[in-house]
Amino acid sequence: MTILVIAEHDKGALVPATLNAVAAAQKIGGDIHVLAAGAGVSAVAEAAAKIAGVAKVLAADNAAYAHQLPENVAPLIVELAKGYSHVLAAATSNGKNILPRVAAQLDVDQISEIVSVESADTFKRPIYAGNAIATVQSSAAVKVITVRTTGFDPVAAEGGSAAVETVAAAHNAGTSSFVSEELATSDRPELTEARVVVSGGRGMGNGDNFKHLYSLADKLGAAVGASRAAVDAGFVPNDMQVGQTGKIVAPQLYVAVGISGAIQHLAGMKDSKVIVAINKDEEAPIFQVADYGLVADLFEAVPELEKLV
Amino acid sequence: MKVLVAIKRVIDYNVKVRVKADGSGVDLANVKMSINPFCEIAVEEAVRLKEQGIASEVVVVCVGLAAAQEQLRTAMALGADRAILVEAADGLGSLAVAKALQGVVEREQPQLIILGKQAIDSDNNQTGQMLAALTGYAQGTFASRLEVAGDTARVTREIDGGLQTVALNLPAIVTTDLRLNEPRYASLPNIMKAKKKPLQTITPQALGVSLTATNTTIRVEAPTARSAGIKVGSVAELVEKLKNEAKVI
Repeated sequence: MTILVIAEHDKGALVPATLNAVAAAQKIGGDIHVLAAGAGVSAVAEAAAKIAGVAKVLAADNAAYAHQLPENVAPLIVELAKGYSHVLAAATSNGKNILPRVAAQLDVDQISEIVSVESADTFKRPIYAGNAIATVQSSAAVKVITVRTTGFDPVAAEGGSAAVETVAAAHNAGTSSFVSEELATSDRPELTEARVVVSGGRGMGNGDNFKHLYSLADKLGAAVGASRAAVDAGFVPNDMQVGQTGKIVAPQLYVAVGISGAIQHLAGMKDSKVIVAINKDEEAPIFQVADYGLVADLFEAVPELEKLV
Repeated sequence: MKVLVAIKRVIDYNVKVRVKADGSGVDLANVKMSINPFCEIAVEEAVRLKEQGIASEVVVVCVGLAAAQEQLRTAMALGADRAILVEAADGLGSLAVAKALQGVVEREQPQLIILGKQAIDSDNNQTGQMLAALTGYAQGTFASRLEVAGDTARVTREIDGGLQTVALNLPAIVTTDLRLNEPRYASLPNIMKAKKKPLQTITPQALGVSLTATNTTIRVEAPTARSAGIKVGSVAELVEKLKNEAKVI
């Protein structure tokens, strides 16, 4: 068995989610190859070659693969996939965008967002917003899988010394083009990788009040997240949303401030090790999953918490 | 321009699901069913395109049980012109649904196909991308903004780090994210009118598609429950617990 892992990269750098996907590949067992596809991917390929446990890196450098347009990248993966037993990618927005296109072209079902590997053909994945766990078996010749990063501890980014091989294949469907990008800038840790996450909901009242969470987060070295209510109300941008349709996080500590705890929000954070809820409504459903609940006005509790930690 | 919208009948998003004791699935007997929330957003976007004079006809399609006629009627009450039900078993995989939809696309030849980004039951997030692969069309997934001009669709997509805009040649596939629009409610007169709109039922066989799957669900179980937490009386007590008991700060 040989497994192909699609490298996730951004601005010429390897994204850590790739390390979680390689960890899932190790659980399946077999040789692990990593594909770095993009425009100007030499640094990404070099970083991928250093990942512990990677046997080979394929570098596909072509202008058509810039911005990971699925119409161009998917045919490349399909062409390479035929020699592999599994094709894996992290369930990031890129992985989710590209891999189903690969699966359909290979005429196989995809298994989305696995959280555990039972055997080489059997996997567990959450359904119904995480309220049920399905065990799914695949009979496909090439198993196409996206990996929920919070389900697998990342492998070491250093220690490997894989050979880098150039892939010449050029695919350009010519049906789509990149126009522009608007990326949020933040000095805080990446939400999906942070050890501590502080999230705010509708109870924050307005966007300005999020400053209380930012200063608490800075003291804790935490990332700041939000519920859908806070995003829809325009308090914060939508890439901060934690939940079924936003980001899935599983930090050591998750602090939910002014968040009621709807099913869809819990789907994104209930695998956190320790959950703290600060809410003035003692009936709020968030208290049913919180390890430590504090019934208090967040505008008094948060500044006090910041002072004491 | 003809717009095709695919919808799915799913358990209502507010319902807390119960896993069956025999591990065969979740209990859907006597549970409220609705249009998948992302599909409602897809219907709304198509109807807005019609209101802007860009779309000439909005056709809504569902692959599923006969009971899904109810959701197709709802979509017509929201403004879709006619409906197609591809009658098939419940719980089909995304690839099978994409193949059935491909059959409908070949018949209807729409210029734009809008789907939700994921169904809240299977949480797969695959069908739109798979339909794009089968038809060879370009895809604009997780759309938070859609502009159609001439033979191009400009789609702003929600990505991990922010927003990305791509231009797609038509015909194309778009899947909706939550922030694309705010779906309207069906008014009573429109619900009555929708009963008279055409609803065609066809079989997958008539479309010439096979619905075989390479995935089998062996078991469905409840997730491990979290152990009960405690309520603390003050911020000082909370900090003390986090430091000494949970040891996370």
